[in-house]
Amino acid sequence: MTTPSVLVLRAAGTNCDRETGYAFELFGARSETFHINRLLDDPALLERHHVLAVPGGFAYGDDVGAGAVMACEMRGRLGEPLVRFVEQGGLVLGICNGFQVLVRLGLLPGLSAPLGAREMSLTDNRSHKYEDRWVDLSVTSRRSVFVGDIESLHVPVAHAEGRLVCLDDDVRRQLIDDDRVVFRYADETGAPTQDYPDNPNGSVDAIAGLTDASGRVLGLMPHPERALFGFHVPTWTRNRNGSVPDLGPGAALFRNACDWVRANR
Amino acid sequence: MTHQAFCIEVGIRPDRSDVRAARLLAQADEAGLTLGGDLSTATGYSLRLAGGEDDARRLAREVLADPVMNTVRIFRPEDDPRPSEGRRIEVVRRPGVMDPVSQSVVRAAASLGLTITDVRSWDAYLVPASTADDVVDELGRTLLANTAIEEVRVDPEQGIAPVAELPDAPFVLRHVPLREAPAEELRRLSEQGCLALDGEEMATIQGHFVALGRDPTDIELETIAQTWSEHCKHKTLTGLVEYEGETLDNLLKSTIARATHELDREFCRSVFVDNAGVVAFDDEHHLTYKVETHNHPSAIEPYGGAGTGMGGVLRDTMGTGLGARPIVSTDVFCFGPPDLPLDAVPKGCLHPRRIMRGVVSGVRDYGNRMGIPTAAGALCFDERYVGNPLVYCGSVGLLPVDRLEKVTLPGDLILLAGGRTGRDGIHGATFSSLELHDESETVSSGAVQIGNAIEEKKVLDAMLTARDQGLYRCVTDCGAGGLSSAVGEMGETTGAHVVLDTVPLKYHGLTHDEIWISEAQERMVYAVPPEHREAILAVFAAEDVEATIIGEFNDSGQLTAEFHGEPVMDLSMQFLHDGLPRQTRKAVRRRRDLHDPTPLAADDVAAMLPALLAHPNVASKAWVIRQYDHEVQAGSVVKPLVGPGHDGPGDGAVIAPVLGSRRGFALGCGINPNLGDVDPYQMALHAIDEAMRNVVVLGADPDQVSILDNFSWGNCEKPENLGDLVEACRACYDGAMAFRTPFISGKDSLNNDYRVGNESRSIPPTLLISALGIVPDVGNAMTMDLKAPGHALLLVGATGPHLGGSLLAQHGGALGRTVPPVDLTAAPAVLVAIHALINAGLLHACHDLSEGGLAVAAAECAFAGDVGAEIDAAALTLDGDDLSLGARLFGETPTRFLMEVDEADLPAVTAALGAIPWSRVGTTTPDSVFVIRDGDTEVARWPLTVLKAAFTATLDLDHELEANNGAGDAA
Repeated sequence: MTTPSVLVLRAAGTNCDRETGYAFELFGARSETFHINRLLDDPALLERHHVLAVPGGFAYGDDVGAGAVMACEMRGRLGEPLVRFVEQGGLVLGICNGFQVLVRLGLLPGLSAPLGAREMSLTDNRSHKYEDRWVDLSVTSRRSVFVGDIESLHVPVAHAEGRLVCLDDDVRRQLIDDDRVVFRYADETGAPTQDYPDNPNGSVDAIAGLTDASGRVLGLMPHPERALFGFHVPTWTRNRNGSVPDLGPGAALFRNACDWVRANR
Repeated sequence: MTHQAFCIEVGIRPDRSDVRAARLLAQADEAGLTLGGDLSTATGYSLRLAGGEDDARRLAREVLADPVMNTVRIFRPEDDPRPSEGRRIEVVRRPGVMDPVSQSVVRAAASLGLTITDVRSWDAYLVPASTADDVVDELGRTLLANTAIEEVRVDPEQGIAPVAELPDAPFVLRHVPLREAPAEELRRLSEQGCLALDGEEMATIQGHFVALGRDPTDIELETIAQTWSEHCKHKTLTGLVEYEGETLDNLLKSTIARATHELDREFCRSVFVDNAGVVAFDDEHHLTYKVETHNHPSAIEPYGGAGTGMGGVLRDTMGTGLGARPIVSTDVFCFGPPDLPLDAVPKGCLHPRRIMRGVVSGVRDYGNRMGIPTAAGALCFDERYVGNPLVYCGSVGLLPVDRLEKVTLPGDLILLAGGRTGRDGIHGATFSSLELHDESETVSSGAVQIGNAIEEKKVLDAMLTARDQGLYRCVTDCGAGGLSSAVGEMGETTGAHVVLDTVPLKYHGLTHDEIWISEAQERMVYAVPPEHREAILAVFAAEDVEATIIGEFNDSGQLTAEFHGEPVMDLSMQFLHDGLPRQTRKAVRRRRDLHDPTPLAADDVAAMLPALLAHPNVASKAWVIRQYDHEVQAGSVVKPLVGPGHDGPGDGAVIAPVLGSRRGFALGCGINPNLGDVDPYQMALHAIDEAMRNVVVLGADPDQVSILDNFSWGNCEKPENLGDLVEACRACYDGAMAFRTPFISGKDSLNNDYRVGNESRSIPPTLLISALGIVPDVGNAMTMDLKAPGHALLLVGATGPHLGGSLLAQHGGALGRTVPPVDLTAAPAVLVAIHALINAGLLHACHDLSEGGLAVAAAECAFAGDVGAEIDAAALTLDGDDLSLGARLFGETPTRFLMEVDEADLPAVTAALGAIPWSRVGTTTPDSVFVIRDGDTEVARWPLTVLKAAFTATLDLDHELEANNGAGDAA
């Protein structure tokens, strides 16, 4: 059976690469972390992997805009290999800063074309501050291969620029019509919400995560790799008479990706 | 092609909301500034471009702006940037101040094939035309800019020019005529040079150079001053102190370090010698821990000062052994009261709220960007911190067990890696040893450092690769004193020669001594065996980190340097490190005028609990905690906020640092400056007791706890301040011995005085104890939130009558006479018992009692768990007779714990407690109400929501902004 092979891409300021690689390894993948300079020098490295993960952090300090400089470099020098990677069945996961990079790059949502014109932005939280807090997500589309049977997710967000804004109403409508919205911030009943803090940033239509048209590119603001173990869930100490599950709610996303690679590649 | 200068201004589209503007308006309002209309914000870039306006447009469209959000305006620096309507305020960094954005812009432009240079980023603000001059001025100075590092331009007639090249400074080596100087002249030379050396020290240097038969060069004198600074040498703690008829020889060695050596715990791997203390963790890793103070820079520039405080302590971790990887940070701040009236802020000082916002943002931006969770800490407030806030930053690192030993050998190359050297932070080490005054802001702005966390992250990433490949033999960070301290320390037993011309500079114009003592951030120094030269340079180059060989260690025993081919320094390492004359200082026991507080009236008991919960020392720190990424690296097992609402005040944090392993550690701290005004000895014991309590309730084994001391004191040339210090040091010895917990590292900041007019004020004596305790299996970790109704609430420990230094005493208008003493005979056994109960799974919740006593602790547990509780003040086990209701409910007797226990487990729990005093003080209840009884009388009852509201409001500095999530930007 295929061993899923994951390329974790980091640049100056990426800081979630270690745990993101580990999350895939937990489900049998082999992961390698490369500095972007390596990939820029040798884009063919991509083809040797099944999954490209762009982890969280502050690539190039988020100078000029969240993910902007890294996206600019990838667009200028990795654009074509990336599009080919996805066309040929590669998976791409962008978490937090990685999601910001994918949006700025134009791989997401890619409504007109992959790497086409900029259609949306992840910008300042309505609270205009960085916040680390746990949120509930509802799954509202099954188009992403990362989703599998996940119905909801309890995971942390940690960002200052996670508010999704669409270029115009057409883009907003298309996202819904084309079933691209995978995760929405939800209240305790599971209903999507605009209310702070359940919706931590004021994102339009409570959007927390999106897929591309192929279902193989996923970007989301929350951090599933910080919800890998039962001990990561903030309230686990309240279950001491029950058992604390080994795996946390975020683990399923990585398991699904590894399973998909094993079944399809 | 010639380079043309452009200004590119990126604004917010009119159909998008300007979130930054909304925030600034709220802060302007808070500062009492009325704008009479809207504010809009923009970010600008001035640069030179090898191309024309089309290229500038492309740069703006593809890199600088986001068409979904932004508008773009391009003009020339010589154009008039003012709007047709409204007033324009621009804020730009002063020349020479670090601008991290510029490098990123150059890099992004390069990927478009554009060549740009001399980038300068700035901010522009547009306010209504009707805004008065004084409001514009105030807004610029107090809200938009920090004039220590930034310039404010109001209604400028021209744009901001790109970076101008600074002229080269002519090289002049000055010899300081020291040999012939009379005492008066020596003092003047020290003051004029900002050397912070006293008369005796100057005379010692004079004697040294008389013997050498020459005068020192400017750079030699600077090097000695940096090395001998209080900041680097701890002259007070290692000197002689005359106190109560005794001469105390080296307080540090005879108290704090003595306890560590006498205890001789096997888990200590390296203590008091490296940049951090090192203790055993598991078979493959050690833990390193260091806590630093960064007080004076934070008083002047809270954001930069606190950020570089965090950056500095992270470099301490990176400079421990052959380089530990930082895995979690701590932060403890002391500020003036957040509600201080604006007109009560002394001249030259910033308002405590502004300092708090700046400090928290500084730590946030540095720690978050580095990807190090900031997960534990504390906040204290007192009027005396208004002019001299305290900023403690701590860092824990993970070090492979085979990377502990370090050595420098003659022949090793001196490699400098990281950020370039500029004029930032000149005289930081000596500045921190001087008194702050109302002009500190202007005269010492050179001492302000601005950090670039991404640069430090790059250095970390690259150095871990080099470390694992074994490419260097020794490492230390460039901190206070810059290269002079780093190279001087690494070459102490060998000798070193540096070619100053090789040091990469941010800009022209630095003199030889500025290069040598600059405290530019994000630099590390390595001793590299010559055979690894090419390999290590390649490792750094692969990560875009500048690394340069700047000299060589040798066996000369001298510290030498050259510039422009000329020798500028030739100092004996021995004189530099051992020549400092030992100081003898006088200490006296402070005479205290202590009074009993007015007893709490029976009618006031009911109002007391919400008031205490709202007291800034007790109130929720969620506003701070949430801004920190406390979960990055995926090691967070117990978060700083606990309970179903994720808002209960946890006692600290538990981290499992090795992914997939259940071995972890707990971090907690103890600090209570209120107690020091009554009894500094007991204050220190309380701090140790509290730090121990905090880690033990989280699940740490009390037999595997290490502690750190950080003293922030008023000027210790004042004998009373030094007397307080002696008392606190003695308590450190006694406390460490009693708990068998060694000190592994420490730092002192002993000159926290500031002048208001002619009056010199000292901060309260402030000792921070930071504890790190091993949690053998994080599956046993514990939190303080009540779990379910129908459980018994047990109070462990007897409650005493003394109220000295408590919040209750403060409320009663006096300090009180006696601090409730820590019982060093009994306390360690209590900790052991609590740990056994936690490990046996017999507790549902456990919380220590600290400020505000039983009532505050019990209320916190209740609203944290959203579980009601009833406690009975008549049920307490007392140590003394006739304790008032106030003393029983709010007294702060140490070593007490509140536990939630199943009724069925009570026999097992009480049997395990044995002779330790305990009492059943209450029960958890199914309604969401907190009730206090005194026997048969109900004293008060509150819905939990009311208590929680009191607890959360005080320090939520952004309350009004958070409510407004839905409006605007529908698309």
